[in-house]
Amino acid sequence: MATAAVKSKSAITVKGSAEIVCDYLNYGINSILYQRGLYPPENFQATENYGLNILMSTDNKIKEYLSTVLAQLKEWLLKRLVNKVALIITNVKTLEVMERWDFKVEYEGDVEQGEAQTSDKPLKQIKNEIRDVLKQITSSVTYLPLLDCLCSFDIQVYTKDDIELPKEWAEGEPANIKNAQSVKMRSFSTNIHKMETVVTYRNED
Amino acid sequence: MSQFKFWNDVNSLLSLDGPITKGPQPRWERKKTNNPLSGNSSLNSSKQRSLSSSCINTSKTPSKESDNCGLRSKTPSKTPLVKAKTPTPNKNARTPGGDRFIPSRVASNLELGQFKLSQDENEPVNPTAKELQKVINENIPGCSNASRKILSYKYKAPSAPEGFQNPMRVLYSQTKTPASIRNTNRHIPQAPDRILDAPDIVDDYYLNLMDWGSNNILAAALGSRVYLWNAGTGNIDQLLELEGNDYVCSLAWIQDGDCLAVGTTEGTIELWDCSRSKRLRIMDGHSARVGSLAWNSYILSSGCRSGQIIHHDVRQREHIVATISAHTQEVCGLKWSPDRKYLASGGNDNVLNIWAAVNEGYHSEITPLHVFTQHQAAVKALAWCPWQPHVLASGGGTADRHIRVWNCNTGTCINSTDTKSQVCALLWAENYKELVSGHGFANNEVNIWKYPAMTKVAELNGHTARVLHLAMSPDGTTILSAGADETLRLWQCFVKDPVKAKSKECAVKSKPSALKQCIR
Repeated sequence: MATAAVKSKSAITVKGSAEIVCDYLNYGINSILYQRGLYPPENFQATENYGLNILMSTDNKIKEYLSTVLAQLKEWLLKRLVNKVALIITNVKTLEVMERWDFKVEYEGDVEQGEAQTSDKPLKQIKNEIRDVLKQITSSVTYLPLLDCLCSFDIQVYTKDDIELPKEWAEGEPANIKNAQSVKMRSFSTNIHKMETVVTYRNED
Repeated sequence: MSQFKFWNDVNSLLSLDGPITKGPQPRWERKKTNNPLSGNSSLNSSKQRSLSSSCINTSKTPSKESDNCGLRSKTPSKTPLVKAKTPTPNKNARTPGGDRFIPSRVASNLELGQFKLSQDENEPVNPTAKELQKVINENIPGCSNASRKILSYKYKAPSAPEGFQNPMRVLYSQTKTPASIRNTNRHIPQAPDRILDAPDIVDDYYLNLMDWGSNNILAAALGSRVYLWNAGTGNIDQLLELEGNDYVCSLAWIQDGDCLAVGTTEGTIELWDCSRSKRLRIMDGHSARVGSLAWNSYILSSGCRSGQIIHHDVRQREHIVATISAHTQEVCGLKWSPDRKYLASGGNDNVLNIWAAVNEGYHSEITPLHVFTQHQAAVKALAWCPWQPHVLASGGGTADRHIRVWNCNTGTCINSTDTKSQVCALLWAENYKELVSGHGFANNEVNIWKYPAMTKVAELNGHTARVLHLAMSPDGTTILSAGADETLRLWQCFVKDPVKAKSKECAVKSKPSALKQCIR
């Protein structure tokens, strides 16, 4: 009993891992929204996390949307139903897909254990890995093309087929980009979930 | 019967498309009768055979019943029949033999030809579909197209308000920061006073390749060489040249004197006595290139690509006083404050650290006093205010573009200005209480800002590539900008106004008047 208690102290559960992944997505998506200039910069506020200053949206509607989507995503992550989360940036007027950020999920470790699975990877190391990815996202503005139009964003969750479609969720089409170019960012892992970040953008000319 | 014969003759005369029965024999018929076993005709027949056999092979291809191709068969069982029929066109006298090949319409399979032609056209379509399928399958590991769902929440987030323009536009356009409304009555020359060539200057944001010493000598590193330009006499001397592929990464003059520190790609720091052009010593300790150097009396602080800062006591044999793991990435900015109380270090990890000097010493503590993470890009440009020694200005890279001014006593950000361009270098001009910044894309300009209002006083254009480094002459009248366009430009922007200088002298003289002070 005592050993179990000690173990649970330093270990990350499946639930905890899903929370880490969702936290990353929350900060990552907000950072993308700011860095890619989708919304006015005055609607963002600097928040400290992972040893970085990350700009988070202060718009209530965006906050609400993200929290609902990520809460649902966390549930699916626990059941290992999610393959990929895609942030899609579309031109409001032409509905053309301008850019797609893929957050691919892989399930690591002993999947057989189900929800009892734990990981002993130190939290600090995971946070450092996440910090490196977020930094790469921040610096991506230097090579990504300018989104010179009014844009909106959407989050698509790629799941396994045997999922129960919840109310208020709809099935969608994959967002493909013409003449696309992809850049892979660093990845991070909790030893339960591994997340790889890839940005795909439209190649001008 | 004769009338029939006549009728036949008239018919044959009128029908133009019929075979010519009268008149001279056609050339090919003559040839055929001359050598009936000519190789050409056999070649011809073999060709026809191969065509008809391919017709059999393609029996699977779906095709409509066609009346003009009697040879086409649906099943291979009919092959013998086809073979028996194949020679027929050859026997036909109308089939040309001789020296040219005239395809027999009867023997050729039009539908096969049509299929083969259209197949070629279809080919480019198929690979793209295949590619798409491949990409889809790749992107969803362990899941084929059939067994996945793409879900999205029905109630989308709102888009930006109408009329909103992407603020990142500044990165791609020539927009300029609004100039100051209040014009200064001082004349700032828009053209450089002098332009010097700087061939082979390394276009690297993370290096510090220029320093103007108190001895009025400018040291500039161009590739593997260090040159000294005496601003007083105009003489240029080459101080040193590194061997192999090494190049100089950083330069720093000691506060007073002729000692120059040179950081290299090897991770060593060389100390040179420039009055005698002699190397004094080499100090090691770093594992990667030394991109930044800062003097504090006899302590030389050096920042490395590994993120470490080492304090060297240049007087001692065991020169390393302290080694600090300051940053997670390259240290590209390093400056001691003029009152020697603080050391500022900026890194490629977007962090700006302030280190307090140890008690009664010249090196710093090993834990930072302040950690500023507000910059969104590498912090290279650092400058301490000469008249307020606790005030530091820092500039961020392309993703940040801000000049931020910090109060290091309290650890607060006093001011933040978006410059709309990468900030490569910063300088304070004491003569007019102004701040000078060197920028990258799009205008490659040098800006002069009034402090603390941070209104733009002047823009100095001319560089055709980003302004990598800035240095100020010891008398504070001239700034020198080093651009990636391999030029060094001297701008005489801060020449003291003789009238003002005089009035200042008067003010100093009249200071003892206690009455005046009371009135104020």
